[in-house]
Amino acid sequence: MNPRQSSSGQLLSHAVAFVRVLRDEGITVTPGQTTAFAQALAEISIFDPTLFFYAARGSLVTKREDFAKFEAAFKNFWKTLGLERFPSELLNQTTIPPKKDQKAKPGEVGREPKSGQQNQPDAPLPISDRALTFSADEVLKTKRFDQMSETELERARQLLYGFSWNPPERKTRRMRPRGDEALDLRRSFRASLRHQGELLDLKFRSRKTKPRPIVCIADVSGSMERYARMLLHFLHAFSLEQSRQGVRRLETFVFGTRLSRISRAMKRRSVDEALREVGQQVKDWSGGTRIGESLHAFNHGWAKRVLGRGAIVMVISDGWDQGEPALLAFEMERLQKSCHRLIWLNPLIGTPGYQPLTRGLVAALPFIDDFLPVHNLNSLEMLVEALASLDRRASNVH
Amino acid sequence: MIPSSVEETQRLLEQHRYIADKGLSVAVFLSLKLGRPLLLEGEPGVGKTEIVKVLADLLQTRLIRLQCYEGLDLSSAVYEWDYARQMLQIRLLEASGERDQAKVRHEVFGPEFLLKRPLLQALETTGGKAPVLLIDELDRADEEFEAFLLEFLSDWQITIPEVGTMKAEQPPVVVITSNRTREIHDALKRRCMYYWIDYPGFEKEYKIVREKVPGVPEKLAQQIVMFVQQLRQQDLYKAPGVAETLDWASSLMALDAVELGVPMIEDSLGVLLKYQDDVVKAKNQAQDLLARSQMPTHI
Repeated sequence: MNPRQSSSGQLLSHAVAFVRVLRDEGITVTPGQTTAFAQALAEISIFDPTLFFYAARGSLVTKREDFAKFEAAFKNFWKTLGLERFPSELLNQTTIPPKKDQKAKPGEVGREPKSGQQNQPDAPLPISDRALTFSADEVLKTKRFDQMSETELERARQLLYGFSWNPPERKTRRMRPRGDEALDLRRSFRASLRHQGELLDLKFRSRKTKPRPIVCIADVSGSMERYARMLLHFLHAFSLEQSRQGVRRLETFVFGTRLSRISRAMKRRSVDEALREVGQQVKDWSGGTRIGESLHAFNHGWAKRVLGRGAIVMVISDGWDQGEPALLAFEMERLQKSCHRLIWLNPLIGTPGYQPLTRGLVAALPFIDDFLPVHNLNSLEMLVEALASLDRRASNVH
Repeated sequence: MIPSSVEETQRLLEQHRYIADKGLSVAVFLSLKLGRPLLLEGEPGVGKTEIVKVLADLLQTRLIRLQCYEGLDLSSAVYEWDYARQMLQIRLLEASGERDQAKVRHEVFGPEFLLKRPLLQALETTGGKAPVLLIDELDRADEEFEAFLLEFLSDWQITIPEVGTMKAEQPPVVVITSNRTREIHDALKRRCMYYWIDYPGFEKEYKIVREKVPGVPEKLAQQIVMFVQQLRQQDLYKAPGVAETLDWASSLMALDAVELGVPMIEDSLGVLLKYQDDVVKAKNQAQDLLARSQMPTHI
């Protein structure tokens, strides 16, 4: 079954089989792309593995992130067919090392990361929650998350999905044919033709609004353990509601000692599946905290990609930082400058007599636009309201 | 003339002073051959826009450029009527005693009042040759424009209500670039040949500098490229692209540099780095980076 000797028909069926392998690897390939790939094979010399590789990658892969996956699948697939001699330097190019293989450095602060199994969310309780009545819900709303029992937490999670979300909006540069901001020449002229070209009826247009992108960067280190899961539920409920409204503008990151992007996992419909995926992906759960370094990673790797178009950033953390305060201040300043509004959510604000005195928070405070509590359901509800009212404030910056 | 093989594509690009690696040549060749748009992504300043200019040159055809921005709409991307002239025309017709409204309407929506914007221009061939259409920085445009583009790229036609449907005799060669300030929609990506242009390695960048900055001494060029390559390894907010390397080489030439030295580097770092924090970081390490870039190279 060596493709070098096989007829074009066989090559084609190999190509189709290869596409199937890619799909199994999680790379989405449309029939249109498969056709392009097949056409490409007719145009190049398939005996040159380099050409073959690039033709396949160019027509089948549309994300740089998928390059590594593609290469592995490519190597593996064609090797089993006896096409082995690929220049190794080629296969090493432009590869992003898969993040999940990174091991924590020996010197790193914090506990050993738990295994993915332990990170799984608690299974939903089979008992019906009708026992908790309306007034019980009211009490629940002011109870701190870290003092709730398992049943109460479950009920609280359910309440989260009943929130009404109104993401803040911003004015875009796109015009719509309504309102009174600017003269709409196109429609005015059309209308004038009805009056022998006399501009009697002037039409106007105005700028369209769109929901602002929201970026959440949540602390899941040891000190946040009691809140982290609840907050992930909150973020999932938010994410779900956004996709229900047809907008997908929530980016979610978590950090302990390093930053992981979990936006994809959060887009799963089932919260259990979403949290399971997060658990598998995030290796520094309940460990040490390095806020400055995590924000540094965000500013360098993601800020340019997710902070466009007047984004709102929410950092969720109690501010216990084992890193360098100077670095945190520096990265906070950069973060504040590159987003529309920087909100810091701190569960400890709910503690009576709490004052933000940790070194990390003192360093970060000057660059925070809003400093809000997230210790119980009421505070989350207030946060949602605060977000919705953001767009009413005039802002010409973004 | 469309190149007949990957090797020829690579050679032709080089003849037109664009050093492309094999992967890029394959992508360019296939997109020409299969008539699929070419989607180029990569850090700013790695030559995404440059290759399109070269491509137009190579195919000996016009280059039409559409710079994207948020709110880009039909009247800036496709067509617009020249309203002022249309209104004048109505008055002229009126003065000459024309009373037939249907005729007036027909008259003012004639082709001479149509202002053609890039996408409409791209449907026209000149001298039997389809143009090269560059849709630059698509990530800056919004979803509305992307949706329109999706339709345009599959049908190669545009409908103007008063005139009718305009169809391309020959689809243009389309190149789309993106800096990834947001993800381009999958539906659009999947219609394209995709290539990610990386920062070049030492040899390739050296070749580019020698090619693009005529007169730069061999030794200086080597030092410049080594230094920039070292600089890119540093933890910078914005690493310098090839465009910056070329600017720097030209600047050093203008400063009559024969060899790279720390004072000269410190004075001209602003050409390479555009963030103050990066400049400070690089200044602190200039000595060290320079020492490393003095090491004998393998050329």
